[in-house]
Amino acid sequence: MSEITPEIVAEHGLSEDEWKLCLEIMGREPNLNELGIFSVMWSEHCSYKSSKKWLKTLPTEAPWVICGPGENAGVIDIEDNQAIIFKMESHNHPSYIEPYQGAATGVGGILRDVFTMGARPICNLNALRFGDVDHEKTRHLVSGVVSGISGYGNCVGVPTVAGECEFHSSYNGNNLVNAMAVGLADADNIFYSAAAGVGNPVVYFGSKTGRDGIHGATMASAEFTEDSEEKRPTVQVGDPFTEKLVIEATLELMQTGSIVAIQDMGAAGLTSSSFEMASKGGVGVELELDQVPMREEGMTPYELMLSESQERMLVILKPGMEAEAKAIMDKWDLEFAVIGKLTDTGNMVLKWHGEVVGDLPIDPLALASPEYDRPWVKTERPAEIDAASVESNVGRIDALKTLTAHPNFASKRWIWEQYDHMVMGDTVGRPGGDSAIVRVHETNKGIAVTSDCSPRYCYQDPHEGGKQIVAETYRNITAVGATPLAVTDNLNFGNPERPEIMGQIVGCIEGIGEACRALDYPIVSGNVSLYNETNGQGILPTPTLGAVGLIKDIDKAASVAFKKDGQAIIVLGETKGWLGASRYLEIICGREEGAPPLVDLEAELKTGNFVRAEILCGVDTCHDISDGGIAVAVAEMAMAGNIGCSIDIPANVEQAYAWLFGEDQGRYIVTVDADKADAFVVKAGEAGVTANIIGQTGGSDVVLGGEGIGVAELKDLHENWMPDYMAAGE
Amino acid sequence: MKAKVHVTLKNGVLDPQGKAVEHALGTLGFDGVGEVRIGKYIELELTDAAEKTKENIENMCKQLLANTVIENFDVEIVE
Amino acid sequence: MKAAVIVFPGSNCDRDMMVGIEHSLGRKPEMVWHKETELPDVDFIAVPGGFSYGDYLRCGAMSAHSPIMREVVKKANAGVRVLGVCNGFQILTEAGLLPGVLMRNAKLKFICKDVHLKVENASTDFTSKYSAGQAIRIPVAHHDGNYFAADDVLKSIEDNNQVAFRYCDEAGNVSEEANINGSRNNIAGILNENKNVLGMMPHPERLCDAQLGGTDGKPLFDALVEALS
Repeated sequence: MSEITPEIVAEHGLSEDEWKLCLEIMGREPNLNELGIFSVMWSEHCSYKSSKKWLKTLPTEAPWVICGPGENAGVIDIEDNQAIIFKMESHNHPSYIEPYQGAATGVGGILRDVFTMGARPICNLNALRFGDVDHEKTRHLVSGVVSGISGYGNCVGVPTVAGECEFHSSYNGNNLVNAMAVGLADADNIFYSAAAGVGNPVVYFGSKTGRDGIHGATMASAEFTEDSEEKRPTVQVGDPFTEKLVIEATLELMQTGSIVAIQDMGAAGLTSSSFEMASKGGVGVELELDQVPMREEGMTPYELMLSESQERMLVILKPGMEAEAKAIMDKWDLEFAVIGKLTDTGNMVLKWHGEVVGDLPIDPLALASPEYDRPWVKTERPAEIDAASVESNVGRIDALKTLTAHPNFASKRWIWEQYDHMVMGDTVGRPGGDSAIVRVHETNKGIAVTSDCSPRYCYQDPHEGGKQIVAETYRNITAVGATPLAVTDNLNFGNPERPEIMGQIVGCIEGIGEACRALDYPIVSGNVSLYNETNGQGILPTPTLGAVGLIKDIDKAASVAFKKDGQAIIVLGETKGWLGASRYLEIICGREEGAPPLVDLEAELKTGNFVRAEILCGVDTCHDISDGGIAVAVAEMAMAGNIGCSIDIPANVEQAYAWLFGEDQGRYIVTVDADKADAFVVKAGEAGVTANIIGQTGGSDVVLGGEGIGVAELKDLHENWMPDYMAAGE
Repeated sequence: MKAKVHVTLKNGVLDPQGKAVEHALGTLGFDGVGEVRIGKYIELELTDAAEKTKENIENMCKQLLANTVIENFDVEIVE
Repeated sequence: MKAAVIVFPGSNCDRDMMVGIEHSLGRKPEMVWHKETELPDVDFIAVPGGFSYGDYLRCGAMSAHSPIMREVVKKANAGVRVLGVCNGFQILTEAGLLPGVLMRNAKLKFICKDVHLKVENASTDFTSKYSAGQAIRIPVAHHDGNYFAADDVLKSIEDNNQVAFRYCDEAGNVSEEANINGSRNNIAGILNENKNVLGMMPHPERLCDAQLGGTDGKPLFDALVEALS
């Protein structure tokens, strides 16, 4: 009698075609252990089956890229034999079901990706997206996610230095938690996951294995329905204390020269780690599952292979190094077990007290991993919005006040003050600026980091939106004086089986690719999260990007705060007053529509290079212009420096609100001493960069074309929204 | 054999977590809930090697399981 | 000055403390693992911040019973200067070297930000480079920094001039608004009776370097170096 019924196959998320392929590869009917392995290896989460075709089109190379996508994280060279290893990854579905643990384990997982390759983590970032602020679950989710990140990140002692938090009703049933980790390694001591050396021991260390999150990887690849809250598999629980010990023990083990290959056990746990290591190395593997350290009684081989217990590592050691490795684990009070060996069979053989309970061919399974060319339809770019047609009877100061206190503009201090952003003693640019800056320990170099996404632009025009996000990270890195080096992408979308969603995916990836190529700014790592839908309602397309740049002298870094009175305020880049898909149109006029602004990549490069050069020559105040345009940018600079400013609207401008709040791309604001302003404008012109003096710093008010508001009043609005909102739920 | 230990805050020591829960219960419409105090419940499995006296468990409490500056404890040994 | 920093599993400000001490001392202190049973010959011991044993059970409770802490207590009783910062402060109270206890912050949230401290006692080996009444800016990063001691204990702490620092505003006013975590009498740092042990929640080692945004923490280590050389 068959053990595997069609129901069991369906429960494991395999389509009919995939089941047929599975039978073909096995040459027989798989047992339950084997089916479980097929199911997680072919899940969207592990196989990228819907997005692979398009991800391959992204640029991934540059002279400074040491390792692009395909390993645990991307690796880039920052000279002096130092490398930065980084990646962003989603933990969306787990964070909706159990916000605290979901977010916490998201941080833990991404940290493991980074230290697994030999890096000491030096900072964390997170990009959070929640539903409408009035939705009944939003506060609960914000509170849980933030305390989960805080609880985990603070305990492991890695500073959380930057991030973003946006609210939109499309995330009501699917909040997004995208966590990014950045680590520092020796460029000549990077660790990879390809197993090698027949007979070498397969070693397990870290925490014990329990029944956590069995089938988490398959869950992360299925659309939510109302009752998935009931059917939830056991949620993984993070143990940041153990993670801290695993970090120290791993880095110590890496100094001994005993490691052949190493991989953390993340989604799909022991299955995907052992499978990927063997597959990449072209070897076979034999696992004695009864040797796996177990937390609970009566665990089965199926559970051991699929458990997503956290804080576990798998390593291939050089022969004879077991004792030395075990001594390190003993020092750190961690579990250590030899659980198998590499073979030359090309198969994965699972044993349970000596008996074979699974035997799968590795290469055929990995190579046959499905890749779909899913049907897609292009999102048509909507009509452009003529600024003159936007009727608004809201005064500019009232508009500025409304925007400043709006959930998507208000200060997120309530969040980042719950994160230890200073531990490790190298945070030179704290949260709240364009990019955070972390000093490279014991040097004067700094790593600038940012994460960005503009889902509303991507929704209207995925291609242009994709370009815009790349450009936005480029500007945020540039605005502190750093050179943008590379990007990690975390692509969050709805159900790819719907052609319009697939169209968003294709459009965004193409736009991102185009911009990365133009800016010589490769994608070195990433993650895809699909099926972010509830009852057929998809999220806005949200391809979050995390970026890293290098500043060689942190003493030269610029910040957004106005520094002194009487400086000239200069806008670099062209201002036309683009209102399509802008925050002004959305929040002040109640219209979520229109074509988003265009991104001129050539101008972007030119302006960026100019800004960076000027910061290195002494410009110390710089801010990129993004959501809310010039008005919001200068207000943010005034609030950060507690210094007012007066902005003159050019006489030839027809719609002042469009000039003030328009979101034309490729722009920065800098301040320079008044007597040097004209020369600065000339210099910009010579570099082919449009520059206009728009006002001066000073006073205690933000004055826009003669109408003003006190910086202190604005700051109250800006700072109070979030604490007030969260307190209202207590 | 097991020992059950309850660790509770001493009277007069402010319990912010308890206060928050008290408030939350009120918001949820559970009227009439007075002061809420949050403590810990610790279950110890005692193997053959353990000294199974109440005094021994109380020493564990005094030395580690409770902070007697702010906490009281209560020990129960069960089969 | 010969200095040592104790490292527990889960300590995470050990390196920060080492760097902070190095700024004033000109050389690195010795790092001592918690399983050691002997301390090197030192005249200053720092117990750093972090989440030793994951803050499980109670912050600092399990570390206070590490082998090395028995030695630290002995040295402290013999007059060696001991500084506990954040989790280190929690460990020193759990080990009985300092009175009182650190409870969960009144608002129940982790707080990481710069705060102002009023220097209450400027005539100790830790604080002699500050002036009494001075307001200094030092960061905090904790979840459990709410200082509690019973009335009689509190009275004796105050009477014996054992309060080193209180939370205050920028101008030095000790107010309810400036009390970030609900500590009794705004207490941010206390000394033992002999004034050779200091525990404080704020992190002086985090602001000893202008690149990090300030140097108000440095005089504390400068004072120790001067007193002990």
